[in-house]
Amino acid sequence: MSYIQKPVAHHPALPRNALGLTRRDYEGSMSTLCAGCGHDSITAAIIEACFEMDLPAHRIAKVSGIGCSSKAPTYFLSRSHGFNSVHGRMPSITTGANMANKDLVYIGVSGDGDTASIGLGQFCHAVRRRLNMTYIVMNNGCYGLTKGQFSATNDKASPSKKGEVNPFEGIDLCQMAIQLGAGFVARSFSGDKNQLIPLIKAAISYKGFAFIDVISPCVTFNNHPTSTKSYDYIRAHNMASENPLDFVESKDEITVDYAAGTSASIPMHDGSHLVLHKLGEGHDPRNSSDALMAIRKGAAKGSVVTGLLYVNEEQQDLHDILDTDARPLNTLQTPDLCPGSKALDGINARLR
Amino acid sequence: MHASDVAVKDRGLAEPTDTSDPKYFHKVVDCQWACPTHTPVPEYIRLIAQGRYAAAYMLNWESNVFPGILGRVCDRPCEPACRRGRVEEKPVAICRLKRVAADYKGEIDAFMPDIPAEKNGKRVALIGAGPASLTVARDLLPLGYSVTIFDKDPKPGGLMRTNIPSFRLPETVLDEETERVLNFGAERRFGVEIKSMKALLDEGFDAIFVGTGAPKGKDLDIPGRTEGSSNIHIGIDWLTSVAFEHVKSVGKRVVVIGGGNTAMDCCRTALRLGGETVTVTVRSPRRVMKASPWEIEDAEHEGIPILDNHAPKAFVIENGKLTGVRFQKMKEAGTDKSGRPKLEPTGEEIVIPCDDVLMAIGQDNAFPWIERDAGLEFGEWDMPKVDKVTMMSTRAGVFFGGDAAWGPENIIKAVAHGHQAALSIDLYCHGRTLTERPPPGFNIFSQKMGIHEWSYKNNYVPTKRVAVPHADKVAALRNLKVEVELGFDDKLAAKETERCLNCDVQTVFAAPLCIECDACMDICPVDCINFTQDEPLPALREHLRVPARNLKQDVYVSPPLKTGRIMAKDEDVCLHCGLCAERCPTGAWDMQKFMYVEAQAAKACLAHHNAYL
Repeated sequence: MSYIQKPVAHHPALPRNALGLTRRDYEGSMSTLCAGCGHDSITAAIIEACFEMDLPAHRIAKVSGIGCSSKAPTYFLSRSHGFNSVHGRMPSITTGANMANKDLVYIGVSGDGDTASIGLGQFCHAVRRRLNMTYIVMNNGCYGLTKGQFSATNDKASPSKKGEVNPFEGIDLCQMAIQLGAGFVARSFSGDKNQLIPLIKAAISYKGFAFIDVISPCVTFNNHPTSTKSYDYIRAHNMASENPLDFVESKDEITVDYAAGTSASIPMHDGSHLVLHKLGEGHDPRNSSDALMAIRKGAAKGSVVTGLLYVNEEQQDLHDILDTDARPLNTLQTPDLCPGSKALDGINARLR
Repeated sequence: MHASDVAVKDRGLAEPTDTSDPKYFHKVVDCQWACPTHTPVPEYIRLIAQGRYAAAYMLNWESNVFPGILGRVCDRPCEPACRRGRVEEKPVAICRLKRVAADYKGEIDAFMPDIPAEKNGKRVALIGAGPASLTVARDLLPLGYSVTIFDKDPKPGGLMRTNIPSFRLPETVLDEETERVLNFGAERRFGVEIKSMKALLDEGFDAIFVGTGAPKGKDLDIPGRTEGSSNIHIGIDWLTSVAFEHVKSVGKRVVVIGGGNTAMDCCRTALRLGGETVTVTVRSPRRVMKASPWEIEDAEHEGIPILDNHAPKAFVIENGKLTGVRFQKMKEAGTDKSGRPKLEPTGEEIVIPCDDVLMAIGQDNAFPWIERDAGLEFGEWDMPKVDKVTMMSTRAGVFFGGDAAWGPENIIKAVAHGHQAALSIDLYCHGRTLTERPPPGFNIFSQKMGIHEWSYKNNYVPTKRVAVPHADKVAALRNLKVEVELGFDDKLAAKETERCLNCDVQTVFAAPLCIECDACMDICPVDCINFTQDEPLPALREHLRVPARNLKQDVYVSPPLKTGRIMAKDEDVCLHCGLCAERCPTGAWDMQKFMYVEAQAAKACLAHHNAYL
C-alpha cells in the first residue's frame, strides 16, 4: 500500500458531467489492496459508470460484507452512504435498506467467499426476492485475505499457486442467478473496462435484481500460469464478443441505425436503452435457457463467456411484488401510518 | 532499426518512444529544458529542501555562474515552463529559491576549481566585462588560459551593473560574483574603451571574444526633441549615470516612455531620486507589454500608473524648456500576421505635464569600433555574422556572445553563449574542429529505496506559491540602495520547495514486464496513463482519457503489449508522484532520476554535478 495520499490535483481539462463533477469527485480513499489487484480496476469502473451517469453520490448506498472485495467500497464514492456488514450478510442489510428507502441506488459489493460460501443462502434469497440492486461479485477464485485458499468459485481444473489440486467443482454464480430468477445477469473481466463500464451502467439502470460476476485476478495468490482466473488465462479464453452491447443513456440520442434482425434495443425503466449487437451470431440474452446453454457450452470448451448473459425486460422488483407505497417508507409520516381513532373504531365495529 | 519498427512506420502508427535519446527525458524536465544553461533545477531545489544551501549554490554556479544575481534578476524562462503552472495557477518560485541558495550558502571558496599556476600559453581577450565575457573567463581560466578583460566602465558587470538598479540587485551581490571569477586570475583593463578592432587584433591574442552587449538606447525623433534635450534622457544611459552616481536627482514630474523591463527600472529609480508623479506610457496595449509581469507588478505596487495605447507625438516646449509630452491615444484594429495588435489613432490627444522624460523604447547594438575591413562580415541590421553553434564570426578566432551576438536578450542567455564560446575558443586554440563539440553527459537510475519508498519526496503538497516578503515601502522608496525584495527565509523556502514536482524523477516504463492490469491507469491522479489501441499520433492524442492537446508536450508511447494495445502517457501534467510505480505489481513502472549536464570547456567547473547524487 502507498504511504502518500492520492494527490488532490487533477488534470485541468478533466471532463465534467451534468452535475459539474469530475470523475475524481467519485473516488474514495486510497486503496490498500495489493498493487495490481483486479478489484481496483472494478472500483475504477464503478467510479467511471457513476460519473458518466451523472449520479449524485448522496443518492447511492454501497453495501458490502467481508473480504478483499468488501473493502473496496471504501475506495469509491466517498460521499455516498455505506454499510460494511458482517460476512455474507450484505444481501440482508441491502434488503432492509431498500425496503426502507427505495429511492436510493443500491450497489452491493461482494466476493466469491462472501457470496458463494458464507453468504450463499443470503444471495439466493436476495435474487429470489428480485431486490432492486446492483450486485457485483469481485471473483478471484481464492481467499486473498487469508493467504489464497481455494474459494467455492475456483475451477476444479485450477490448482493453487503451490500446485495443490482443487478437489471440488466450482460454483457458477451466473448460472445460479439465472436459475433463481435474476432479471439481469452478466459476467465480465476486471481487465476489460470497455465491456465492464456499460454493463455496470446498465445494471444500475435496471429495475430489479442485476447481477454482475466480475473475474478479478488476485495478483498475489491466483495469477500463476496454471490458474484459470489469471489475467493471461482470461484474456486468452474470454468470449467477450459473444454478445457485445452498447448502453445508451436517456440523455443521449440513439444515433446509430442498427441493422434489424442482428441487433435489438431494450428499454430500461429510467429511459435509457441497452443495444445488443450480433444477435444472429451470439445467443439471445432475452432467453434464459439459451443463456444457460451459452455459459455451459463455453465452459465445456474452456472458455469464459462474458457480456450480458440474460436480461428479463419485464421483471417486477420486490416493491412491485409487495405492492408497497409509491413513496419511500422512511418518508411516511404519522398521519400516513396511523389511520386515526375513527378508522380504528370502524375496524373494531367490524369485529364485533 | 528492427523489422517491427519498419512495420510500425508503414502502418502510420505512433512510434514507440526512444528513451535512449537524452532529449526525451530532458524535455520532460521543463524548467531545465527551458533554461538556456540547463541548470538542474529540481536537483538544487531538493538540496535547498534539505538545507544544503552551499551544495545548491554550487550546482547553480556550475551551470549559470551568477546564482546570486540571477536569483534576483533572471528573466526566468524556467518559470513559465514549470509543470506546476499547468497543474495549478502558478509555477514554483524557482528564481526566488535560487536566491535562497545564494543568501544562505556560507563559505564556498573551497569548492572553487583549481587554477593552474602554469599557464597553457594561450592568450584570450574578452571585450566587455558583462555576464557573457565573465562566463568565458570562468570556463577558460581553470584550463590555464591567460585572460584579459576590457571594459569601458571602471567596474565589471556590464549592463548588470549599469542598467539594473541596486534596489533590485545590491552592489555587494554583484561585486561578490563578478570578483569571484576575476580572482581566478583575469587581467583587468577597466575604464579602457576599445576603439579599434584592428588595433586589438594586432596585440596578438590567440582568440578574441566580443561581449559588449547592446549598449545603444533608441532615440525618439519627434518635435521638441532638440529643444528639450537637457530634460530628455535615454533610459539606459540615464540608469548608467545613476549607477555611477553622476545623476542623483530627477524632476518632480517624470514621464517614462516604453513598456519593457528598462522602463520599469527607470520609473522605479525616478521615484527614488525625487520623482513625485511618475507615469509610464506604452504605445501598445498592455497585454503585449515586453516587461516581465512581476516587474510590472512591482512598479504598480509602488503606485506608478501605466498608461497603455499612448503614442508619443511631440515634446511640449515652453520658453525653451520641456513642460510635457503630447500623446496620441491609440486603439486596436485587428492583429497582424504575427499576432501582434495593429494600432490606429483614436484622434484623441493628451498632454502629460512633466519635468523630465526617460525613453526606454529599445536598445541597439553598436560596433563603431569594428572596422568594416577587419575581416569580419556584417549582415542584416549592420550586425556581424555569427555562427549560431560555435559563436564564431567570419573571422577565425573572433567570437561573439551575449547581446552583442544577435541583439538584446537577457543575462542567462549571455551565460549560455559564454559557455559555448569558451568551448569553441578551447577547441580553436588547440586546432580542433569547432563543430565537433563534446556531447552532454546524462544518466538515469532508479530511485527505489523500499517497497513504496523513494529517494525523493513523492508526496504532492497542494500549497499555493509563497509570496516573497518586501521591504517597508516607505523606507524603500526613500533610498535607492534598499533592496525591495527581502527574499525567502529558510522556513518560507522550505515551504516553497515542497511545491516542486521533481520532474527529473522520470516515469520509466518497461513494456515486457506489463501484465495490463490497469492499476497505474486507475491510480494516476492526473489521468496521464492510457492503455489503448495503437493509432497515428494525432488521433492517439485525441483519443486519450483526457485528450493530449498540449502539443509542446510529448506522449510516451510503448511498443505493443501482449494484447496488442499500447501504453500511452501524456507527459503534460504528470505529477511525478510515483503512484503508477507504487501500484504496479510487476515493476513495469519505475521512478528513475534523470541527470543531464551540458558540456563545458573546463571539466573542473563541473566537479560538483556528481557530488550530490
